[in-house]
Amino acid sequence: MTPEKQPGNTGNRSMKQRLTSLIQEALQPQHLEVIDESHMHNVPKGAQSHFKIVVVSNQFEGLSLVNRHRMVNSLAKPLFDEGLHALALHTMTPEQWQQKGGTFPKSPPCMGGGK
Amino acid sequence: MDVLERIKEQVDNNPIVLYMKGTPQFPQCGFSSRAAAALQDCGVEFAYVNILADPEIFENLPRFADWPTFPQLYIKGELVGGCDITLELHQTGELQKMTAEAAASKS
Repeated sequence: MTPEKQPGNTGNRSMKQRLTSLIQEALQPQHLEVIDESHMHNVPKGAQSHFKIVVVSNQFEGLSLVNRHRMVNSLAKPLFDEGLHALALHTMTPEQWQQKGGTFPKSPPCMGGGK
Repeated sequence: MDVLERIKEQVDNNPIVLYMKGTPQFPQCGFSSRAAAALQDCGVEFAYVNILADPEIFENLPRFADWPTFPQLYIKGELVGGCDITLELHQTGELQKMTAEAAASKS
């Protein structure tokens, strides 16, 4: 029998906790924020589908934005199979984070596209 | 034609392609909307594919460049990134340069 998947609800650990520990372990960030923005989107109540991640790590040094995002996306890969739908990513080196004064952009409102 | 070949042809035949939910006029996702607006602000012509109207592309685009989310911006056949990268490049002025150059190279 193939086990059924319950989107975004695997065991007792929330998607947010799992994203946090995956990134914490792999990137040893100076700063990490994982923000659940699912409520802002056209998803079933309680879904853990949309997250914003702000991550500041030395390991981004010398990497293009595409490659930084690829690093984070590949860490999150197993979670994309479990109901994770969107990751807004703000990836900075400690120097860039300082230049920006420790701020990051707001996410846009949902426009109903779903899926 | 295989769907991955179809995508390959789209990104090769158009110097700038945005895969998005909805259209630049009627975007159906906040992230797609912002990416399209940034491109429009660059003032060059760009192609777009409404993935909500093409389920086959919707299903398969993530494995084309191993990128899990939408929108996706391609310039000169290369994945530039999603919404956040597009906006960041727009903010620094890099996107304007990249799109101008790509538009000029169109044969």
